[in-house]
Amino acid sequence: MSGKGIHIEGLKKRYGEGDTAVHALRGVDMQIAPGEVVGLIGPSGSGKSTLLKCLGAVIDPTAGRMVLGDEVIFDNDWKVRDLRALRRDKIGFVFQAPYLIPFLDVTDNVALLPMLAGIPNSNARAKALELLTALDVQHRARAMPSQLSGGEQQRVAIARGLVNRPPVILADEPTAPLDSERAMAVIRILNDMARQFETAIIVVTHDEKIIPTFKRIYHIRDGVAHEEVGEGRGFE
Amino acid sequence: MISLAGRDILHSWGKFVFTGVGLGLLIGVTLSMAGIYRGMVDDAQVMLDNTGADLWVVQQGTQGPYAESSSLYDDLYRSLLNMPDVEYAANVTYLIMQVGHGGQDVSAMVVGVTAGKPGTPGQPRYLVAGRHITRSHYEAIADISSGFQLGERIRIRRNFYTVVGLSKRTVSYNGDPMVFIPLKDAQEAQFLKDNDALVQQRRRNAENPDFNRSGIPDLLAVVNASQSTNTAVNAVLVKLKPGTLPEDVAETIRRWTRLQVYTRAQMESILMDKVIDKSARQIALFLVILSIVSAAIVAFIIYTLTLGKIREIAVLKLIGTKNRTIAGMIMQQSLALGVIGFVVGKITATFWVPIFPKYVLLMPLDSIAGFFAVLAICALASLVAIRMALKVDPADAIGG
Repeated sequence: MSGKGIHIEGLKKRYGEGDTAVHALRGVDMQIAPGEVVGLIGPSGSGKSTLLKCLGAVIDPTAGRMVLGDEVIFDNDWKVRDLRALRRDKIGFVFQAPYLIPFLDVTDNVALLPMLAGIPNSNARAKALELLTALDVQHRARAMPSQLSGGEQQRVAIARGLVNRPPVILADEPTAPLDSERAMAVIRILNDMARQFETAIIVVTHDEKIIPTFKRIYHIRDGVAHEEVGEGRGFE
Repeated sequence: MISLAGRDILHSWGKFVFTGVGLGLLIGVTLSMAGIYRGMVDDAQVMLDNTGADLWVVQQGTQGPYAESSSLYDDLYRSLLNMPDVEYAANVTYLIMQVGHGGQDVSAMVVGVTAGKPGTPGQPRYLVAGRHITRSHYEAIADISSGFQLGERIRIRRNFYTVVGLSKRTVSYNGDPMVFIPLKDAQEAQFLKDNDALVQQRRRNAENPDFNRSGIPDLLAVVNASQSTNTAVNAVLVKLKPGTLPEDVAETIRRWTRLQVYTRAQMESILMDKVIDKSARQIALFLVILSIVSAAIVAFIIYTLTLGKIREIAVLKLIGTKNRTIAGMIMQQSLALGVIGFVVGKITATFWVPIFPKYVLLMPLDSIAGFFAVLAICALASLVAIRMALKVDPADAIGG
């Protein structure tokens, strides 16, 4: 695990060429420290998903610079050869829906990532159980995803995002399908995990209930990120 | 690393098992079709084996007696017997007809054989019940698949025969049971006319001035007698002395008797290429169609199963799963489906083959070849689904 979070400078993304070109990101600057949870908000079409996909190394930015921990991963071009390994080892994902693999039990859903990285099954499962315990779902370790409640599924998804101890976690509307109580519980968990594992967490959200919980918010408008100070309520 | 394919199969085993059973029934039909072809070939070979002959002597210019009709005088065998390398020669007639049995007809090949000890050409090689034909008339030996019983009386044309012996695997090239009767009876049965036809024939002869010449008083009687007897046989079966080359003797017979002679290999070739060729090609085409249908079904099933996992595949790719792992998962599932299908198909084919009316021969080598063909078809069929899975964009897992 790295201690420098994620640093983004002048990140641009353009779709298409010439007159039909769409500038989704027009030079985004962001800095998220380890252990910090920031909100990423903005209206539909503002570029939130494009930014998340650039950060997640699933689409190619047009220009800019991204530093993950100590490693420059993008400087007008990808600086890492294997983007798949980058996603596996350095970036955690938490989605709007948990998207757990339905045919794997809870432990193996979490342990799958370390297994993919070549860690022996027993060690990977031990790591998974450790995280499930931290997230208080260890009692459902042998359950199948379909047997879990929505909140439990989301906690398992968070465990999966954290299991390889990535320096950054990208959470795409993680509270969207949850009621207020469960949504706040998920945000609390993300804050706890960010502090415990020194992980920088970016939470994309439209959820008015959780926006006041962020100390810092990036508001995307027309492809540019504007930093705002949040209220930071509830998770001191 | 855990087996993703195995876990998915265990998770939705019902879907896989039921799909595999459906596929298995289709594979069972395919294996049975192959068995039907093998059965046809085996029937033809068994028929040739049962004759006990090294050479078939038939009418010149014909490919008889199985592929087309052949007619020889029934005394020709004597000259063949005099040849130095010939151990035994026997007349034989073959007649495909309906044999009356308990008010119903059984399609059978009636074989007219000369009296001789068991094992001589034309005679059934062994009996499973009863005895060989010892009387000159109205005794029969029937293949057990005809359903005839020992002591039962069966009707061939207008005459009744007593079943005195039962043989096994004595069938014609198309699987009909053989019924052996004395040669003289068979010759008569082959050309026997009904009473009305005989009366008509004799009236015509009587009115024919050529048969009523003065000074030849018995001519009409001789002509009538000659028209109601038959001295033709379809072939002479020849057994050679040990150590004799069949082709050498065949060449000698061809040269001196002006007859057509076939060796065992040539007769087998005639049966395979002329008699059962179309049926074999029909079955082969059917096998190809069944293979294509099986491949299409497997491809459709695997494609549908993969389509239902698009989001999971996108997530797997996003979190760093290699394309190779995802492709392997899909291919393993396809192969597993093939294995389930093959096991079900093999079991069902084994159980339903005995109730087929004709002989179906399931050969172990065919099953092994079929197993690998199923695996190859399943592997190929999974390529469509793999292609789709590899095209899934990991970005699809991220909303927006």
